[in-house]
Amino acid sequence: MRKSFKILSPCGILGYGFPDASFSIGLEMKPDAIVVDAGSTDAGPHKLGAGVAIVSKMACKKDLKRLILGGWKLGIPVIISSAGGSGGAVHVHWTLAIIDEIVKEEHLEAMKQAVVWADIPKEAIKKAMKKGEVVGLGTNVPPLTEEILDETTAVVAQMGIEPILKAIGTGAQLIIAGRAYDPSPFAAIGVKNGYDLALSYHMGKILECGALCCDPGTTKDCMMGELYDDHFEVYPTNPKRKCSPVSVAAHTFYEKDHPYLLHGPGIIQDLSHCTFTAVNDHRVSVSGSKIMPSDGYWIKLEGARLKAYRTFVIAGVRDPLLIGKIEEVEALVEASVKEQYKEIDPSLYQIAFYNYGLNGVMGDLEPLHDKPHELGVLFQVVAKTQEIASAICASLRSTFMHYGYEGRKATAGNLAFPFAPSDVEFGKVFEFSVYHLMKVDNPSEFFPVEVR
Amino acid sequence: MDRLVDLAKVLRSKNSGPFEITLDVLFDNKKNYDRVKESGVITEKTICEAYHLKREDIQCIVFFDKAMGVKITYNRPISSGTCFDRDVYGAQQHAPLMELLIP
Repeated sequence: MRKSFKILSPCGILGYGFPDASFSIGLEMKPDAIVVDAGSTDAGPHKLGAGVAIVSKMACKKDLKRLILGGWKLGIPVIISSAGGSGGAVHVHWTLAIIDEIVKEEHLEAMKQAVVWADIPKEAIKKAMKKGEVVGLGTNVPPLTEEILDETTAVVAQMGIEPILKAIGTGAQLIIAGRAYDPSPFAAIGVKNGYDLALSYHMGKILECGALCCDPGTTKDCMMGELYDDHFEVYPTNPKRKCSPVSVAAHTFYEKDHPYLLHGPGIIQDLSHCTFTAVNDHRVSVSGSKIMPSDGYWIKLEGARLKAYRTFVIAGVRDPLLIGKIEEVEALVEASVKEQYKEIDPSLYQIAFYNYGLNGVMGDLEPLHDKPHELGVLFQVVAKTQEIASAICASLRSTFMHYGYEGRKATAGNLAFPFAPSDVEFGKVFEFSVYHLMKVDNPSEFFPVEVR
Repeated sequence: MDRLVDLAKVLRSKNSGPFEITLDVLFDNKKNYDRVKESGVITEKTICEAYHLKREDIQCIVFFDKAMGVKITYNRPISSGTCFDRDVYGAQQHAPLMELLIP
């Protein structure tokens, strides 16, 4: 039997951090590659729409430096995917600028780098739309129109293994990929070294979250995966964590719409026949992962567009008379503001109150209706312009503060503001405007590889 | 009768992409898992009631014996992180499920 292929995953998102000790143990185990996923759409559409990163530059640099130096020392490839979080050109450039700093500081000019871009030209999407080859992902995604596409700031797509295989083929020691299907870079390096596609993908699906499949689980610690010909094994490098057949099997559920059928670029993973076995008290062996080619090769597009501008206020309410009729008072306050600003077309703005302590998290879905002794009230105005949002919100705040509701005794003021000023200009609010599958003829077509 | 939360090891909600929320209920023993599965309490009807959903908003309810868990995926009324969303990660939408009573 040939030697296994070891992949070290330092953490669930580049920049989330990982303990030095866990990473050192990982390096001592002589991995064959270090792979880290930097991306997520979890934090909402703003990162993609506004072109900003998920983590701070300081956090990203701290992690990147350790990964690059670790990989360089062992002479093994380091792969970063979904660079900058959203994986668009602006996010990749942000990551490359940090890498350039590290290269300069650590004198790593000899290190060969390859970049895989993941930006999809709108013209190509429009062409595919005309052929009916762009479809919403799920029943809840609004249909894509040319108008919506034009309003979308930038569109990325999740790459499969093919473009990453090309990048590995250049002999680069550091690979920086734009938006990728989370398990893709792990699967690519496994496949490149001759291991089974299904096992490589399934191992990638587990490793891309760092040590989240452990007990205790976290995205902020290191996980090792070892590919063999007929199975793979996963284990944490931190001796304080363990993974068990139940914890690893359960991780299959995480963040996916289906527990054992997982759709990726050009593939469907079927994990229904997997066997999870304990190797020892912290290591699990997995076999039986299957993969089927999907009907045509579809890539997942992601894009966000500007929806509105927001201004908001956070305030506390302790008066039991007001808490007793809070929603009624808020409706009266809203009506009063609309009356005061008759000259502003009401279709240009919307007002919302979130009453934390009552139903702030779940809104109308909240099944409980107990009255608390204290309320956190967040009120916001979203509008066509920042100016309108702030003007309406200021009026909302002053009206709410002094509103003389029926039965009031506290005539000096209704709200306890924690901050001065009380009104916060939030800025742009985005929405996911593109979350669609697009059919492609060639899996690498839209993901050019550049050596630098 | 026991509450679902008292039988489960993990009971959570999370985005499955920006347009869906997925609820996971995972067990650490077969007895509790089988009891919940065979009770027939987790159905489209119960979930629609607990989450004010229409049937077509439910993407799937799947029991996975091997992992001793059930997954329920439904459409979000508002996509993640845009105007009037209340839970960008969808991580705090599981409370109504905790209270389901299992015979």
